[in-house]
Amino acid sequence: MEPIAIISIFVLAVFVGFEVVSKVSSTLHTPLMSGANAIHGVILVGAIIVADHSQTNLELGLAVAAIVLATINMVGGFVVTDRMLEMFKGKKK
Amino acid sequence: MSHTLYSLIGLAAGICFILALKGLSTPKTARRGNMIGAIGATIATLVVFLYVSPNQDGTSHSLPLHNLGWILGAIAVGMAVGVPAARKVQMTQMPQLVALFNGVGGGAAALVAIVEYLHLGSSATTAEVIATVFTVVVGCVSFSGSIITFLKLQELMTTRPVIFPGGRFVIAGTLAAVLGTSVWVVSALGTQPLMILAGLSLLFGVLFVLPVGGADVPIVISLLNAFTGLTVAASGYVLDSTLLIIAGTLVGASGTILTRLMAEAMGRSLFGTLFGAFTAKPQEASSGEENRPVRSGSPDDVAILLNYARRVVIVPGFGLAVAQAQHTVRELADLLLSKGIDVAYGIHPVAGRMPGHMNVLLAEANVPYEQLLEMDEVNPTFGQTDVAIVIGANDVVNPAAQTSPGCPIYGMPILEVSNAANIIFLKRSMRPGFAGIENELLFDPKTMLLFGDAKASLTKVVSALKAL
Repeated sequence: MEPIAIISIFVLAVFVGFEVVSKVSSTLHTPLMSGANAIHGVILVGAIIVADHSQTNLELGLAVAAIVLATINMVGGFVVTDRMLEMFKGKKK
Repeated sequence: MSHTLYSLIGLAAGICFILALKGLSTPKTARRGNMIGAIGATIATLVVFLYVSPNQDGTSHSLPLHNLGWILGAIAVGMAVGVPAARKVQMTQMPQLVALFNGVGGGAAALVAIVEYLHLGSSATTAEVIATVFTVVVGCVSFSGSIITFLKLQELMTTRPVIFPGGRFVIAGTLAAVLGTSVWVVSALGTQPLMILAGLSLLFGVLFVLPVGGADVPIVISLLNAFTGLTVAASGYVLDSTLLIIAGTLVGASGTILTRLMAEAMGRSLFGTLFGAFTAKPQEASSGEENRPVRSGSPDDVAILLNYARRVVIVPGFGLAVAQAQHTVRELADLLLSKGIDVAYGIHPVAGRMPGHMNVLLAEANVPYEQLLEMDEVNPTFGQTDVAIVIGANDVVNPAAQTSPGCPIYGMPILEVSNAANIIFLKRSMRPGFAGIENELLFDPKTMLLFGDAKASLTKVVSALKAL
């Protein structure tokens, strides 16, 4: 990809990231952190790509470890966030 | 699947993540937001299996992916570990689990960068090597730093700042070594320098978090979370994946803002949090403090005091979470309300182990939302409050935050319960709070202490109150 395209995507994503969470009450700080934490578990996609590219046993071993860790991050992250938020249900009228 | 379709689906997943963060910022839409995020992540993961990303030399092979069995097996293992951990965790241990999940994410990003580096070998461009070095350094720091925050929160190690003589020079030296090795990797290219770099970064992560004081740990988790986001973005650059760039950057940016918001809620500068331990003098040992007289009461004494109050403010803290006393405290509040007594909860933004911890817990017990008052709302009312009941909280009501410069929580806004006519502390023991500071309020003549597990104590108070 062209460097300028990458930089554009990066800068725009920074602004979107700033914007979406700029006004959030302290009540939601913990679930929001946990949810964002789950989102970066999408590194799983990267781990799968490198596992596909792997040619040596060392590469494959490290890639498999990365997949395990990334899956824990992603799946565990979303489940735990949902459990936190479950307790908020019906609270706001 | 064509590259265009693959990229478009990736974009859709990116949009899901934006909507997820947006949804998570409002209570009404939070749960749906999380669900949208999970859908985005699922789409992103499924679509990788349908498209073979080309190798560095532009060649690609046909489906299915190489090593497919290993990949699916690894995902199954990850789910077998992650899902039960997330389902079974107690609400009290939520913060350390989030820290742990963040750490493994950082570790995964570092591993991905290492594998891609091994694979690319000398064909990597300088920009790719720099991105790799960044990912390895920050990913490793996030990994080992998160493990330390986990150990602190789980109380497997001391929750106090760990400061050793010459510590700041060791940290500065390690940082210099990390930077030096980074330059070495970029210029020399080799597996060995990269491994040394990974090791040094892991060490730096440990040293970086050790001096952080107990109550500041949540801020550090949030910061490390933002770090991990940025490593994912850098991996996205190396792997030519727009989705990873978008998702990683979103988390990096929103995590930074969130870290700042949390630091503000605690009345601290981010810089002070991270580097406060360097400048703070070691606390003087509180010798003899334990021998000072305190006034402890029985559940009956507490019930009588409450029975004749007109306004009661309940201040919950981590002890409430530990004792799982949220339902009992609600029972007490309902009983007082039925006697015509005005009841409110004073919620400190960082009560418990994480911002919002108390809200989550009390929401579980169906405490009406309007009874939960935030710090700014409740503080002016303590003057008209007859009884303030502090349940398992300590640091968030400790006047030392206002009166003794140099103590680790100095400058943190507190709930000013000392303005209430009577103060009741429900505590397990005289042990100081998470930040490890003695609380003068315990020795105040208008304070009454009720020792014991919060739930057991509250149950006794409730039955005593019913008998009156």
